[in-house]
Amino acid sequence: MPYMKAGKTDDETFEENKQASQQHAEDFPKSKKVKGGKLVIDNDYTPLTYDPQYILMVNRLKKYFPIKGGMISKTVGHVKAVDGVSFNLKRGTTMGLVGESGCGKTTLGRVILRLSGEKSGGQVLFNGQEVYDLSAKEMRALRPKMQIIFQDPFSSLSPRLPVGEIIGEAVREHGIVSKEEFDDYIDGVMDNCGLQPFHKDRYPHEFSGGQRQRICIARALALNPEFVVCDEPVSALDVSIQAQIINLLRELQEKYKLTYLFISHDLSVVEHISDSVGVMYLGNLVEYGTTENIFSNPLHPYTEALFSAIPIPDPDAKMNRIILKGSIPSPANPPKGCKFHTRCEKCMDVCQYAAPEWIEVEEGHFCACHLYNDEDRNARARETAAAAQSAEKEADA
Amino acid sequence: MAKKKQEGYLSARESRRISRENRKITNAYEKKRKRKNVSESEYLTTMRDPGNAVEFDDLHTYFFTDAGTVKAVDGVSFEVPVGKTVGVVGESGCGKSVTSLSLMQLLQRPQGQVVEGEIRLNLGDKAYDVTKAPNEVLQKIRGNYVSMIFQEPMTALNPVFRIGDQINEVIALHDGEGKSEEDIKRRTIELIEMVGIANSEGVYHMFPHELSGGMRQRIVIAMALACNPKVIIADEPTTALDVTIQAQILDLLRQLKDRINSSIMFITHDLGVIAEMADYVVVMYAGRVVEKGTADDIFHHPAHPYTIGLMASKPVVGKHIDKLYSIPGKVPNPINMPNYCYFKDRCEMCVGGCEGDYPSMVSLSDTHKVSCYRYYGKEGE
Repeated sequence: MPYMKAGKTDDETFEENKQASQQHAEDFPKSKKVKGGKLVIDNDYTPLTYDPQYILMVNRLKKYFPIKGGMISKTVGHVKAVDGVSFNLKRGTTMGLVGESGCGKTTLGRVILRLSGEKSGGQVLFNGQEVYDLSAKEMRALRPKMQIIFQDPFSSLSPRLPVGEIIGEAVREHGIVSKEEFDDYIDGVMDNCGLQPFHKDRYPHEFSGGQRQRICIARALALNPEFVVCDEPVSALDVSIQAQIINLLRELQEKYKLTYLFISHDLSVVEHISDSVGVMYLGNLVEYGTTENIFSNPLHPYTEALFSAIPIPDPDAKMNRIILKGSIPSPANPPKGCKFHTRCEKCMDVCQYAAPEWIEVEEGHFCACHLYNDEDRNARARETAAAAQSAEKEADA
Repeated sequence: MAKKKQEGYLSARESRRISRENRKITNAYEKKRKRKNVSESEYLTTMRDPGNAVEFDDLHTYFFTDAGTVKAVDGVSFEVPVGKTVGVVGESGCGKSVTSLSLMQLLQRPQGQVVEGEIRLNLGDKAYDVTKAPNEVLQKIRGNYVSMIFQEPMTALNPVFRIGDQINEVIALHDGEGKSEEDIKRRTIELIEMVGIANSEGVYHMFPHELSGGMRQRIVIAMALACNPKVIIADEPTTALDVTIQAQILDLLRQLKDRINSSIMFITHDLGVIAEMADYVVVMYAGRVVEKGTADDIFHHPAHPYTIGLMASKPVVGKHIDKLYSIPGKVPNPINMPNYCYFKDRCEMCVGGCEGDYPSMVSLSDTHKVSCYRYYGKEGE
């Protein structure tokens, strides 16, 4: 049986996962608890109620990775890769996720799919079902519905399997079609993604970058997913090949009513393909809205700076560039208050000690910035910051 | 069961034969390059136009591989004027990087060889043909007259040496005569400050892994500028970086170019970056120049179908289109290039003459040249 997973049965895997999640629950308790004197996870959120128009609802989602150090691998700190992200994604639309490298875009994509262990806090509702409450068996049944296309088509395909097997492995595992229909089904999927039937017996090294990306897309789509995370699917490709892949993704979306979470740092591609856009900075969403809103009326200073940095292919275009100083701070030790204040042009005193609230500035256009928080909110922010400071002092004493 | 022979299939015997022949050819080239005490007259040449810093004239760079000869650069001619920026665009594998490596003479040896053509380098009072110069002379040219900013800042720096030592080495090697260690260190600190790093003393003692991508790229730029070169080759200097960092680096390059008044040969596949940086643009396809002109010519009046396709396939912020244009087909196999126009099989604007030989360059204006049959008989319009 070549397809058995390293001699582990489902129950064994389940046991392992359970132990891991228990360990995780101890590390990150749901109630506020100070551990190791430092880490406090603020896990207060209002639970979401399911709204059927949204395929995916994410509420205050958090993922912290422990930093191990010292002689006995003690946890010395935490990288707050995703730190309280909330958004809702409508069925059949595409959400673009942009941000600098290291801001947590990829981690967010993986945490939504439950691909990197347990979450540290928050909610992920997929079709109204909390993803992290499912048992291993139920999760397995849900997997075909949510798929991912990985970043690098050169390293995400096994060099030892022929393409037909790469695409067909999961189809067989999940029993999507019967044995008799299997070959025809794979041919059909490959045809949809612009691959020829004779490509089936070839190995990944025989293909060019664009074709490998097609294989990755075919592998994800073979399971009839509803939701696909596209993690920088075109970043490694040439411009002319990029256009082919983007067109293919859009065609498939229309055909199968797919929902995409499109992660990319190429803003022009994101503008072309997305219906809504989220801008991430250091583990937080700083702005979220429809593509039109975000691109024509960027609110957050970071979004403005990001957009002004896009090179325009026109030598006469007037540049009004906001050049950000320095680079993104370390997510293990993010700045206090608004995380962007160290690089922000419009930084005010309130930004330095209080984190801004996530508010709806226009309809469907959210932003987390003190510029758009009214005085009441800012006053409240000052109070909470002062309270937190005094609490800290007490804890130290 | 006899296996069907695929296109490009080679038997082991055939491959060995090719390999033996290649060895003969490349050994002859290598022998020539390693000679000592070559008289200067052999590689001394004159610039066609003294206002140019570099002239590429019908350059052919081939790679003699065991599967056959790859004509990576096959007849490329263009000029880099003094104090200007020339952008070279094209898909991966079109020969952009090989052209620049030919100028530096840093090709993968012994397989890669310049077999024909000249690269004339203006040294001020005289001009050298780099392709004929022996290694000894090249060592003095590299760094002092021509230098290169490499593609990936992660791999261009040595992970086991401190930043300061790596820059010191460049200065000591190329410009170190009569300089004491303190002089060299002072120059290194000055360079680190010049590329916009505030904590220069601290960075001097750091290792590359302690710096972020943008900082590393700044160090690579500082190394390239260490000896005030006349020509800087920037090989995709911002491809691995974020847009915000890219904007910083482009800004820096523009400032530095004005300060030391040198020419830049800017290689990238991003049309947006080219539009921002370049005075002149060269579009390459499958080892040949298909179109060249000023940035204004190329971006406002693109002539070659490949250039037009390239522009249309890139989404632009603020322009809404339903479907992106994508150039059909793929780049031809570099070992067996067709004898007609290389772009014909992917071209949607073919005219009658396209069946013939590879089209020659047609001048559309003083600066704008294109290699396409559609413009035959329309010269100077």
